[in-house]
Amino acid sequence: MLTLADLGVLRDVRLDADGGVTAVLTPTYTGCPALAEMRADLVAALHDAGFAEARVETQLSPAWSTDDITAAGRRKLAEAGIAPPGAAPRRAPGPVPLTLGATRVADVHCPRCGSADTEETSRFGATACKALRRCRACREPFEQVKEI
Amino acid sequence: MSSDDDHVYLSLAEGHADDARWAFGTGFEDPLHGVDTTLPEGVDAAELTALCLALADDALVAAQRLAQWITLAPELEEEVALANIGLDLLGQARLLYARAGQAEGAGRDEDALAYFRDPAEFRNVILAELPNGDFAHSMVKLLLLSSWRLAQLTRLAEHPDPVLAAVARKGVSELTYHRDHAAQWTVRLGDGTEESARRMDAALAELWPYRSELYAAAAETQDEVEAVLAQVLDTARLAAPAATPVSMGRGREGQHTEHLAELLAELQSVARADPEATW
Repeated sequence: MLTLADLGVLRDVRLDADGGVTAVLTPTYTGCPALAEMRADLVAALHDAGFAEARVETQLSPAWSTDDITAAGRRKLAEAGIAPPGAAPRRAPGPVPLTLGATRVADVHCPRCGSADTEETSRFGATACKALRRCRACREPFEQVKEI
Repeated sequence: MSSDDDHVYLSLAEGHADDARWAFGTGFEDPLHGVDTTLPEGVDAAELTALCLALADDALVAAQRLAQWITLAPELEEEVALANIGLDLLGQARLLYARAGQAEGAGRDEDALAYFRDPAEFRNVILAELPNGDFAHSMVKLLLLSSWRLAQLTRLAEHPDPVLAAVARKGVSELTYHRDHAAQWTVRLGDGTEESARRMDAALAELWPYRSELYAAAAETQDEVEAVLAQVLDTARLAAPAATPVSMGRGREGQHTEHLAELLAELQSVARADPEATW
């Protein structure tokens, strides 16, 4: 199972003086509608684990990056048919450079057949965090968590 | 429908004690829930309120226009892309409204600010509220707005208010994708067929003058945005329209076109029909 910790969105879990527990979540994308769902699931899991007082805090800074996804998280994503992200772009301070040409050739392997001969069909997928790609070897479309 | 699908839909409908919700309706949990929202010393509350409100209004109104492309976009992938871009902006708007409400200190939350202000109280730039024309028109609008917003957020990432700075830093990554998307379409259409180039020229002729309002609202962005636009148009083999009127639009002062009233009437209708309802 891919966990919130695997995704790097669970920043901290701590026991409080009152015997309750506080978990700290960070959003992937600002508008990600799954954040409320994640928060609810986390509270439910903490209740199930016997904590009557379960609190979830939101942490905005530092912003989440796909680099925060753990090695186990990347493996589980691939097993679920979703290609994991490459390294997030490193930005120098100052204006963000424009990308006008074809998107850079990321080393994205098809999660189905393993081929590296894949292409991006759309940078925006069914959720904010995913791009759509296609494998030229086995012809299957697949999703990729895009670098941010 | 397979049993897997059943499971997905059932899990969406499952009740949670914490009332998990999707991105619609009122009564959301405060998007800044659990964030330290103390106003730092040296930050002027009124200035911060006005700044957050203006940035939130730009985002909300632009997101609504993008949402109006849903079911009408030229291809399914593009529809998904425009919805995604709108969702990013809506997320930014929610956090910025929440922050504006806190800085203002008058007890207004994000719903009060989004649903219960009249057009004259909105501070979005006119460009954001203009109706969607054809696809070329929307891509030129997105190019102008996203280039400008990216330049603003890049600077606001260093703002002394930690909440605004955090929203801006996150927004920079999102806006980079938005601007690239619009720029790549501008190149594809501008350097495409005779018809696509003609439509891009027409969209540029109409929308180019609205840059003046953007720079009036954030003068520090002008050089950067102009450099980006010049690079995109050059690659797209499009010419920037000749001299244009100096002053175009005073949305930041609450002077809007009739199009905003129409847009807000739709956006606010359900919340205003029953202000006590949570949906």
